[in-house]
Amino acid sequence: MNLGSRFHISKRATIPWYLAWAIRLGAIVIAMIVCALVTTLLTGEDPIGVYATIIQGSFGTVRKFWVLLQEMAILLCVSLAVTPAFKMRFWNIGGEGQVLIGGLATAACMFYWGGKMPNALLIVVMIVASIVAGAVWALIPAFFKARWNTNETLFTLMMNYVAIQLVSFFCNTWDRKGSGVVGIINPNTRAGWFPEIGGQEYLLNILIVAVLTFVVYAYLRWSKQGYELSVVGESERTARYVGIKVEKVILRTMLISGALCGIAGLLLVGGTDHTISTTTAGGRGFTAVMVSWLAKFNPIFMVLTSFLLAFLSRGSSQIAQNFGLNHAFGDILTGIILFFIIGSEFFINYRIGSATGKEKEDGTHA
Amino acid sequence: MLNTLAFYFSRAVQQGIPLLFGSTGETLTEKSGNLNLGIPGIMYVGGICGVIGAFFYEQSCGTAAAMNGFLAVAIPLLCCLLGSLVMGLIYCFLTVTLRANQNVTGLALTTFGVGFGNFFGGYLIKMSNSAVASISLSATSGFFRKTLPFASKLGAFGTAFLSYSFLAYVAVVVSLIAGWMLRRSRTGLNLRAVGENPATADAAGISITKYKYLATTIGSMIAGLGGLYYVMDYASGVWSNDAFGDRGWLAIALVIFTIWRPDTGVLASILYGGLYILSINNILPTGGVGAVKELYKMLPYLITIVVLVLSSVRNKRENQPPQSLGIAYFREER
Repeated sequence: MNLGSRFHISKRATIPWYLAWAIRLGAIVIAMIVCALVTTLLTGEDPIGVYATIIQGSFGTVRKFWVLLQEMAILLCVSLAVTPAFKMRFWNIGGEGQVLIGGLATAACMFYWGGKMPNALLIVVMIVASIVAGAVWALIPAFFKARWNTNETLFTLMMNYVAIQLVSFFCNTWDRKGSGVVGIINPNTRAGWFPEIGGQEYLLNILIVAVLTFVVYAYLRWSKQGYELSVVGESERTARYVGIKVEKVILRTMLISGALCGIAGLLLVGGTDHTISTTTAGGRGFTAVMVSWLAKFNPIFMVLTSFLLAFLSRGSSQIAQNFGLNHAFGDILTGIILFFIIGSEFFINYRIGSATGKEKEDGTHA
Repeated sequence: MLNTLAFYFSRAVQQGIPLLFGSTGETLTEKSGNLNLGIPGIMYVGGICGVIGAFFYEQSCGTAAAMNGFLAVAIPLLCCLLGSLVMGLIYCFLTVTLRANQNVTGLALTTFGVGFGNFFGGYLIKMSNSAVASISLSATSGFFRKTLPFASKLGAFGTAFLSYSFLAYVAVVVSLIAGWMLRRSRTGLNLRAVGENPATADAAGISITKYKYLATTIGSMIAGLGGLYYVMDYASGVWSNDAFGDRGWLAIALVIFTIWRPDTGVLASILYGGLYILSINNILPTGGVGAVKELYKMLPYLITIVVLVLSSVRNKRENQPPQSLGIAYFREER
C-alpha cells in the first residue's frame, strides 16, 4: 500500500491550469464510466440510456432547467458562505445548522408577523433576522476557537444537530395537528413570500446568488480583510508577526460565513419552500464543503462545481424515477463521483516518478 | 421500583451499544490522526451488509427451523465486517495514500454510505414484496438476540447486567481492550505518536502508513458492528430506511465526550442512551407540551459541546484531540 516505496512522489511546484482541469475532467469521465457500469449492473439498462436520463433530469423540460438553476444557486450560496472560513483554515462544517437557523428565523417572522405588517417591511425584517441568526450560530464556535482554540470542526458539527432539534421543536410547536409538519406558511396571503420576477418563481434567488458570487469573489480577491484571512489561513504565526489580530479575523470571517448561510436559509424558506422542516437544508451544508474544496475556494470555479453537483443530483433522481429505483441511488452515484474527483487532486498536487529512474535523472532531487 | 429502574437501565444500554461501537471505532481512527467523518455512512453500510447477508441466508433456508444457528450469526457478521472494511479502505486510500482532505473524504463517504444503505434497503424491500416499507429478519434476529438462559431468573440484577445479547458484551469488551491498548501497550503508544506528531513517529521508525491504515480499517469494522447491532438486536431484525438516524454523528460526539478514551465510553454511551430513553418515554417534565421532547434530544450534543469547550479551556495536554487530527502526512513536507 505504500506508494512511496515503489514510486518517487514529490510535490509539484505549479501546474498549468488547463492540465489541472484536464486531470479533473479525466477523473469525472472515469467516474461516469464506473457509475454507468454500476447502474447497468443494478438496473440492466444500457449505459447510454442512463446518460440520456441524467441529461434529461436537468435539461428535459424548461421547468427542469429552472429547478436545476435554483438547486445550483442555493448550493452555490452555501458554498460561498463556507469559503471565507475555509480559506482561513477554519473548518466550518456547520453550514447545515447555520442555514437551518437562518431558515428558522425567516419562518418565524413569516409565521408570527405575516399579515401584521406591510409585506415589504416583513421581508426586510426576515432578511435581518435570518442574517443575524446565521451569524450568531457561526459566532459561537468562532468565539471559542479564537479565545481557547476549541476544535472548530467538531464544534460546528455538533451545532448542526442542536439546530436540527431546535427546528424540530418549532415544527412541533407551530403545527397544531400533532404531525410535526409545518405546511406552507401563509398560503393565501403569501405574506413574506419573495416576489416573482417575470413570472419566474426562482429568478430572484438566482439573481441574488449571482450578485453574491461576485461580492464574495471581490472580497476575497481585492479587499484587505480578504487578504488578512488568507494570511491567517497560510500561517497563523506569520499573521501575528505582521500584526494581524488573528482572533478578530476569526470572529469577523465567521460572522460573514454565518450571515451568508443565513441568507441561504432565507432564500430557501422565503424564496422557494415557504415552509420549514429539519430537512430544509437537505445536506447542502455538507455538500457545500465539497463544492468549495473542489473549486479550490475560488468563487468563480464554484459556479462550475456547484453546477456539476446539482446536475448529478437532478440526473440521479431522474434515473431513480425512470427506472423505478429509490432516490438513494443518486447518493451512491454522487459518492462514487466524489471519490474520483477527491482522488484526482493527488495527481494535480503531486508528481509521480519511478523511484530509481528519478534519482538517475537528477541526483540532487530531495 | 428496582425492577422498573433495571428495565430502563437495560433500555439505555441497548440504545447506547451502537454508539459505543461507533465511538470506539472512531477513537481508534482519530488516535492515528484521521478524522473519519464517514462513520455515519460506515455504520449504515455495516448494518445493511449484515441485512443483505441475513436476507439471502434466510431465503436459501426457507424456514427458520432449517437455519443453522452458527451460520445465521456468522454470515451477517462477516458481511458486516467486510462491508465496513471496504469503506475503511476507501477512506484510507484517499486520505493516506492520496493525501486527500479528510473532512471532504469523510463527508463524501457518509453521503455514499447512507445512500448505499437506503438503496439496498429499498431494493430488498421491493424484492420481498413486503406490504410495509421494511424488511423483517426475525429468524436471524432471534439468533442474534439469544441471551443467557438464567438471566431472567435473577430479577433486577439479571435485567440490568445479564439480559443482553452477545454483541453488547462484545462492544464492552472491545472498548475495554481498545482503552487498555491505547494506554498501556507498545502498539498503543506508537499509534498515539502517529496521531500526535507523525513526523517524529516517522523518525522513530514507526510506519505511518501502516498504523493509519490498520487503525482506520479496524476502527471502521468496529463501527460497522454498531450498525449491525442496531438492526439485529435493537430493532429486532427490522430494517427500514433512515431508521438508524443520526446515531453515527452521536457516536462522533461520544468520542469527544469521552475525551478520546474508549473505556470511559462504556459508561458514557449508557448516559447518552439514557438521555434518549428519558426524552422519548416522557419521563422528563415537558410541562404538557409534547414539542419539548425535541429540545431534550439536544442534550447529548449540548453536553458534548460543553465537554469540548471545557477541555479546551482547561487545556490539559492529555485531554486534547490528537494534535495532527485532520492533517494528511507527507514526509517531504516536514
